[in-house]
Amino acid sequence: MGLFILRRFGMMLVTALCLTYIVFFMTNLYPNLEKLAKTQGNFRMSEEAVDSYLGNRGYLQPTPIKYLQWLGVLPGFATELDDGRIVGKCVRPGVAPEDTPTYCGILQGDWGFSTVSKEPVANVLGSRLANTGKLMFWVMVVMVPSALIIGVLAGMNEGSRTDRTLSTVSIMSTSTPEYVSGVIFIALLASTRNGLGPWLHDLGLIEAKALFKGTAKSAMDDANLRNFTLPVITIALYGMGYIARMTRASMAEVMTAQYIRTARLKGVSFGNVVLKHALRNALIAPFTVIMLQFPWLLNGVVIVEFLFAYNGFGMQLVTAAGNNDIEMLLAVSVVSVFVVLVTQLISDIGYVYLNPRIRIS
Amino acid sequence: MEPLTWTGSFGNILDPIFQLVVVLFAIAVVAQFVGAYVFAPINDTYNTDGTITRDRGTNAMIGSTTRLLIMALCALAAVYIVAGVFAPIGAVGIVGAVAKQFAPVWIALLATFLLSISYKRRLGLYGKLFDSTIGMIGFALLMFWVYTALFVGVFDMIAVNDPLSQVSRMKNKLPGTPLPNIEDGQYAYYLLGGDNLARDVFSRMVHGSVVVILIAPLATLFAFMVGITLGLPAGYLGGKLDTFLSFLANLVLAFPVILLFYLLVTPEIVATGIPNYMAMILFVFPIIFFGVLLNSRYYTRPKLRNPLLAGVMLVMIWTYLCAISAEGTVINVLPEALDLFDIDSGILVVFVSVVFVNSPTVFRIVRGLVLDIHTRDYVAAAQTRGEGKWYIMLWEMLPNARGPLIVDFCLRIGYTTILLGTLGFFGLGLESESPNWGNTINDGRKLLSIYPHPALVPAFSLLSLVLGLNLLADGLREESLRD
Repeated sequence: MGLFILRRFGMMLVTALCLTYIVFFMTNLYPNLEKLAKTQGNFRMSEEAVDSYLGNRGYLQPTPIKYLQWLGVLPGFATELDDGRIVGKCVRPGVAPEDTPTYCGILQGDWGFSTVSKEPVANVLGSRLANTGKLMFWVMVVMVPSALIIGVLAGMNEGSRTDRTLSTVSIMSTSTPEYVSGVIFIALLASTRNGLGPWLHDLGLIEAKALFKGTAKSAMDDANLRNFTLPVITIALYGMGYIARMTRASMAEVMTAQYIRTARLKGVSFGNVVLKHALRNALIAPFTVIMLQFPWLLNGVVIVEFLFAYNGFGMQLVTAAGNNDIEMLLAVSVVSVFVVLVTQLISDIGYVYLNPRIRIS
Repeated sequence: MEPLTWTGSFGNILDPIFQLVVVLFAIAVVAQFVGAYVFAPINDTYNTDGTITRDRGTNAMIGSTTRLLIMALCALAAVYIVAGVFAPIGAVGIVGAVAKQFAPVWIALLATFLLSISYKRRLGLYGKLFDSTIGMIGFALLMFWVYTALFVGVFDMIAVNDPLSQVSRMKNKLPGTPLPNIEDGQYAYYLLGGDNLARDVFSRMVHGSVVVILIAPLATLFAFMVGITLGLPAGYLGGKLDTFLSFLANLVLAFPVILLFYLLVTPEIVATGIPNYMAMILFVFPIIFFGVLLNSRYYTRPKLRNPLLAGVMLVMIWTYLCAISAEGTVINVLPEALDLFDIDSGILVVFVSVVFVNSPTVFRIVRGLVLDIHTRDYVAAAQTRGEGKWYIMLWEMLPNARGPLIVDFCLRIGYTTILLGTLGFFGLGLESESPNWGNTINDGRKLLSIYPHPALVPAFSLLSLVLGLNLLADGLREESLRD
């Protein structure tokens, strides 16, 4: 088991290196660098000015060398300009030239400097990740239990009307991507002019004109039902259907097993059969599915944060990519690769623990 | 002119009935759900002659009521459509006018269903689809959009206005608003309202379907070609090839899709020509696939194989060269005279990135299926006969893996549609005035709480298309499991 985890960690490292190199390569292509120079300097820079800007800051070195500098294996690039200022990879505003380290890469624990927010990447991304963590937590709290309940209810009587209704519901939820459900929710539930809000207001049931808020800006400091419900259910809805269908399939399979029939023939009541005999075995497969659902949730998070103006990890991805904020993008991709691979690892290990029939040698 | 109401004068009679049936239907569904737990599943009646009659009791009654109400709903919807098609514009309001515009689609759908149902026993898996209600609903939704795209794209029917033309004073107007001054031959209304640039939402929505119906299935097909061509040998031969390809697939899958899109689909990257190089690589796979497919089957009959392979390859390679080479891009290999068509660079980059994102998943599915089929007797038999490994992969294993692959194909078209919408939603790829659904949703979301219609119309269109594909896949899975 130890060796297995070690091997997986090795694999993870290689994947992360490859991925970050690809991101590095793509963001360091000349047109992207030109865009970076123009957004950092000014938009009417001449070609020579762009070249000297990029050259002075070390952007025009060969990509592998720049990559190694980012990793912290090679010393960071630095030049002294004509006016005596020092610019380069490790130079930060507010840090005296003699305090500037020679190496500044991942290995030194330095995630780089965000060219958009003019702050170290680690500072910015830390708070953003906390925001996204909060969102993800509530999504999980809503999504997992409801998906499991729907799946179990549908799967315990395969082919019944309940099953068909619930299966249709879950198919519908898997066919509603976040940007569709989000838009529909905002239009129907968060508008002061249309949908449920004004109607309930006229009936005197709610004080405000709208039921929910269409943005989650205020939810970053103070999350409450009014500003956080819509983003959470928008993400949860899309993932829910898939997990529910997997749970249904696994439940339906377990319900046809021999030992369930034995229990039924022994005279155990249907409720007891479902809760005590079937449920535990039926929940092994959904566990893996839920874990593997994390990378998909990451996508949903980007869309929803963009739609509801919630300043989290996904929003950071969009702004960083839109402005070619190279080091921020690299940090973002490291984080997402980490999430994807760690959840894969957890799902593999968890599967072994939950299912006694499987052993990893 | 008066603005159109939703259902016009016709609706005055029918609307209350429709609403009543909807409410009753909702109650019946809830009752059915609760009833399954509250009432006993079976109901025995002891007759005086000593026999017992057993039925499902209350649940059966609720069930038949629900079915009746569904039928009533469908019938009422059909009445609206038929009335809309035949009545003059305005009598059945917006619903009727929209139904009238879709008239060719209704006719085509009706013809398809009548033909398919009457010959369903001779049509194999496709015919079996018409045994499952879910499958039929899904197929109807899918074909609705396919026919819409066909009639809009090829015959220029359905749409009433140009998707790009703006009409003054029509900005953000509600559905059914008449145009201020109508010129000759111009349609008098914005049926589903105007967007924030005063364009016709309805026409943009139907034009948007062309983009989706054109790109999504084709991109999925290419992703399948790539996935199958790489997944078959990876699963069958195993070894270093498998390790390498699986690593690559996992690498692409570990990328968040949106980050990948942002890296691939920006104007800066397009300027470097990377999408063109990717197209060059990805578009080779169909040629390899069909080349190996034909060669492995007919290599024992050189007289047939040589002309067949030469002909097919010539056509495919020419098409390939036409597709990848375009004026003004990095790859311009074909002289002007031979270049039959150019792919718009925006569409190309969207296409390539969608294929790129989808193919690793297909690869994994195919590889898994091959590992599963590997141990079957017919594979062993083919090996004993001394068949070549490509023959075994393509002519023995692939046809036997078709069931799950067809189902996944349907699901994947839906997923590709979602991806295309995502691209549009972030304003990537196609130019911003393009009527595709993702872009229109993105445009409309800014004024969503005041004017919801410009965003809701494409949102519901996308939802219905993806829902159709998912239901179709579900129906196909059910029917293919049955044999």
